[in-house]
Amino acid sequence: MKRARVAFAGAIHEAVPHGNAVANFELQLADGRIVHEDQVVWLPPVEAGTIIALGLNYADHAKELALNSQDEPLVFLKGPGTLLGHRGRTRRPADVEFMHYECELAVIIGRRACNVERSQAMEHVAGYCIANDYAIRDYLENWYRPNARVKNRDGATVLGPWLVDAADIPVPVSLALRTLVNGKVTQQGNTRDLIFDIPYLIEYLSSFMTLAPGDLILTGTPQGVVNVLPGDEVVCEIEGLGRLVNTIAADDEFGLTQVVGGSA
Amino acid sequence: MPLRLTPQDRNGTITNILANSADERGGVLELLTERLPFAAPVAPFKLSGTVYGTLLNHKSALAALGEKLRAPPYLKAPNAPVLYLKPRNTLAVTGERVVIPQGVSELAMGACLGLFIGSTATRLSEARALEAVSGYLIVNDISVPHPDYYRPSVRYIARDGFCPVGPVSPRAAIDDPDALRVRTLVDGREVQVASTRDLVRPIRRLLTDVTEFMTLAPGDILAVGTAAPAPMVRSGQSVKIEIDGLQSLFNNFVNAA
Repeated sequence: MKRARVAFAGAIHEAVPHGNAVANFELQLADGRIVHEDQVVWLPPVEAGTIIALGLNYADHAKELALNSQDEPLVFLKGPGTLLGHRGRTRRPADVEFMHYECELAVIIGRRACNVERSQAMEHVAGYCIANDYAIRDYLENWYRPNARVKNRDGATVLGPWLVDAADIPVPVSLALRTLVNGKVTQQGNTRDLIFDIPYLIEYLSSFMTLAPGDLILTGTPQGVVNVLPGDEVVCEIEGLGRLVNTIAADDEFGLTQVVGGSA
Repeated sequence: MPLRLTPQDRNGTITNILANSADERGGVLELLTERLPFAAPVAPFKLSGTVYGTLLNHKSALAALGEKLRAPPYLKAPNAPVLYLKPRNTLAVTGERVVIPQGVSELAMGACLGLFIGSTATRLSEARALEAVSGYLIVNDISVPHPDYYRPSVRYIARDGFCPVGPVSPRAAIDDPDALRVRTLVDGREVQVASTRDLVRPIRRLLTDVTEFMTLAPGDILAVGTAAPAPMVRSGQSVKIEIDGLQSLFNNFVNAA
């Protein structure tokens, strides 16, 4: 089953797809109402706990960024204020040169995990969704990489559209993923190329931090990240999980006018 | 539904509670909120579960790096605030035992002032920055000692129980957050005295620079930065942290079973 969280007519609802249409589809709310997909505001499909993200977890992307092989996953943590739903708008500050998307398979933890072995790890997975975890490279510093100003920005981690139950993706080891910018494919990969796979990550993380229901693991992105500009439509797709749409917005939409030397 | 605490829980570590809790759907934050003694009611009366730490924001921490500060891979001091996250599994309260992981002989203590965020804080001006702070508390930002500041493993920082927090006092309890003495005692002996006077970014400036790129939410805690060198603690020792005007934070340290 796949479920969305949407805002509609004054409340937040759980919703499931209605009918079989691929484009222009309808949603059925838990209370029985049927609404068109563009009548709702899509929210991140889970109320996230700890957000755990992987850097350089695809061999090709690590090479793209000229990094050497690792003996341990490169993990960083993010706050919940970064999350944004399907069809949301993400700000690109006017003064930056290089802001890029990262299409990632996100794993949602369903059961507390403490010292879990690899062989049992998948029992702790509730489901999956698509994440688009933007980065602004201009702000990268050489301290505690990647620093929060690059990766922990408001509304710069898009999540959704659906939470797809783990049972529906029995073998998440080989899912094709890709990103399209304004309809043109710019990034392609497959989760079979993850350096550290999902069972390994759950075993590794739960060996020192207890994972709780609602925690997210963003498993990293393959090569093919390019700069995006205000107005660009960025679509991330993962086999079986759907397509996650986001639009890049300029400062003025956020009440920021360009002031030389900083914001007002 | 909040969990009911047994006397055994109250004596245990948060790690034990997490491991033994029957509640599979969370309840961790409710439990922590119940355990977090508020010195007085302070909005929003609960933790969000997110604590942000600020790297190298005490002048002594920058000075301790010496020549390394300008050598590869760092090349220069941080430009904007560098934050890291202490996630909800790291939270612990006063009186709880902190577990030293296997293979580690001692832990680095990180006594610092924590700002308890009371209202949504986005793009704050320096003049009004403190309005978003509803209270103050003591944070012990514990880590496994690590020489690498470039891309340190989260396993040094985000372990269960590695962020004990003291009772929250209302903002009015402190006249000037930029002039507070922060004192660490190990087994009753003073091992570090620092002051918030020596922050690289004073409190208001830090809030302004952080909220320029990310919102701090009600119930978040921003730890303003630890002094160097960090006091080290071994199994069997106890740590008490005191800040003028705030209720102290006390924890015992034990080896992993």
